[in-house]
Amino acid sequence: MNDLAEIISQNAELIQKQWIAGMAKSVQRSDLISKAELDEQSRAILDAIVAGIKTDGPTNVSGRGWDSARELLREISGSRARQGFSQIDVATFILSLKQPVFSGIRTAMAKNQDRLFETIWAATELLDRLALVTTEAYTTTREELITRQQQELLELSTPVVKLWDGILALPIIGTLDSARTQVVMENLLQSVVATNSKYAIIDITGVPTVDTLVAQHLLKTITAARLMGAECIISGIRPQIAQTIVHLGINLEDVVTKAKLSDAFALALQRSGRAVVRQTAPVNALNNVFVKRED
Amino acid sequence: MERIPVLRMGPLLLITIQVDMHDKLALQLQDDVTRHISDFGSTGVLIDISSLEIVDSFIGRMLANIAAMSRVLGADTVVVGMQPAVAITLVELGMSLPGVRTALSVEAGMELLMGAVAEPRHGADNERSQA
Repeated sequence: MNDLAEIISQNAELIQKQWIAGMAKSVQRSDLISKAELDEQSRAILDAIVAGIKTDGPTNVSGRGWDSARELLREISGSRARQGFSQIDVATFILSLKQPVFSGIRTAMAKNQDRLFETIWAATELLDRLALVTTEAYTTTREELITRQQQELLELSTPVVKLWDGILALPIIGTLDSARTQVVMENLLQSVVATNSKYAIIDITGVPTVDTLVAQHLLKTITAARLMGAECIISGIRPQIAQTIVHLGINLEDVVTKAKLSDAFALALQRSGRAVVRQTAPVNALNNVFVKRED
Repeated sequence: MERIPVLRMGPLLLITIQVDMHDKLALQLQDDVTRHISDFGSTGVLIDISSLEIVDSFIGRMLANIAAMSRVLGADTVVVGMQPAVAITLVELGMSLPGVRTALSVEAGMELLMGAVAEPRHGADNERSQA
C-alpha cells in the first residue's frame, strides 16, 4: 500500500496548504499558536507519516517504523495540552488532514474505483489511529499536570507556625483527606518535638467543610499530640461548621475548641501561665518623641 | 537476666526504657513497678520512652496497664518523650491510652507529677510572676 505514501509525498505542498486552510476554518487557535510554528509542525508530521507508511505500512501504527511519527504527535499534543488547547482542538488537528488527503487520492486515482476506495479506507483508518495517539498523549499530559499540582498543594499548605515559646499554630487550608492528614500530623508532631511546645493550635478557618472523616482525622492528630505530651486546641470553627458538627453528632467534647485563633492563643497563654497586659505607656513615649524634636 | 531498672527518686519512680521491649521484659517491668509502689509508697511513676522507636499493640497495652495498676495503688503515671512516629503508630492501632498522662520531656513530666504531689497549680503561679 505504497500508493498512499506516494500520493502524500507528491502532493505534500498542496495537502499541507489545504490542511492549514481547513484548520483555520475550524479549530486553528491563532491566539495560542503562530502560523510559522503550525507550518513547521504540519510539514514534519506529513514527512513522518510518509516515512511511516513506507517502512511499516499504513495500518501498523504501533510498529517501529511509526516511532518518529508517534513521538512527534505526542510532543505536539503534550505541548498543546499545556498551552490550553481543548481535547477537541488537538484531535481535530489530525482529523482535519482527511479532507486534503482524500481529495489528493481522488485526483490521483479517479479512473480506478476499487483502488480509490481501498486507498481512502487505508487513509481514514490511519488518520483515526493517529488521532487516538494524540488524544492519549493529551490526556497523559493533563494527568501529569494534575498529579504535580496535587503534590505541590500538599507541600504548600501545611506550615507550622510558632506563635510564642511553647505555643505552635497550624493553619489548615483546604479539605483534609487521608494523605494530607498524614502530612499535617507528621509536620505538627515533628515541630512539637523540635520546639518543645506544650500547646498546639489547629486553625481550621480555611477548611471549607467538616464531615465525619475530617473530624476523625483531626481527632487522630490531636490524640497523637496528646500521647507526646502536647495539648491541642481547635480554633477557627465557623458558625455553619459548628452546626454541621452538632448535626453529624461528632463528639468533640474531649477537645478544647474556640471560635477564633485569637481566643485559642489567649487560652494557650493563660494555660502556660502568661497574660497579655495593655501598657499605659504610649503617652509618655509620644512625649519623648516630641521633646527630642524640639531639641 | 536483662531487666529495666526502676529508680526511686523521693516519692517518684523513674523508668527509662532504652532497649527494645520484648514481652518478657514488659511483664517483668509490670512486676517491678507494682512491687516498688507498694514497698516505697510512691505517689508518681514517670516512664521515659524517648529512646523507644518501635512500638506495637502489646507495648501500648503494657503502658496502659502500668498506668492503671499504679492508679489502683494510688500513684499517678506520666509517659514522657514519645517520638512522633510512635505516637502515630499508637493512634493508627487505635490505642489512645486514655487515663495515661503525657509530657514532652522528663522535666515537664516531673513538674506534672510534683505538682500533683504538692499543691496543684503551684508551678503556674511561679511562671506568671517571672513572665
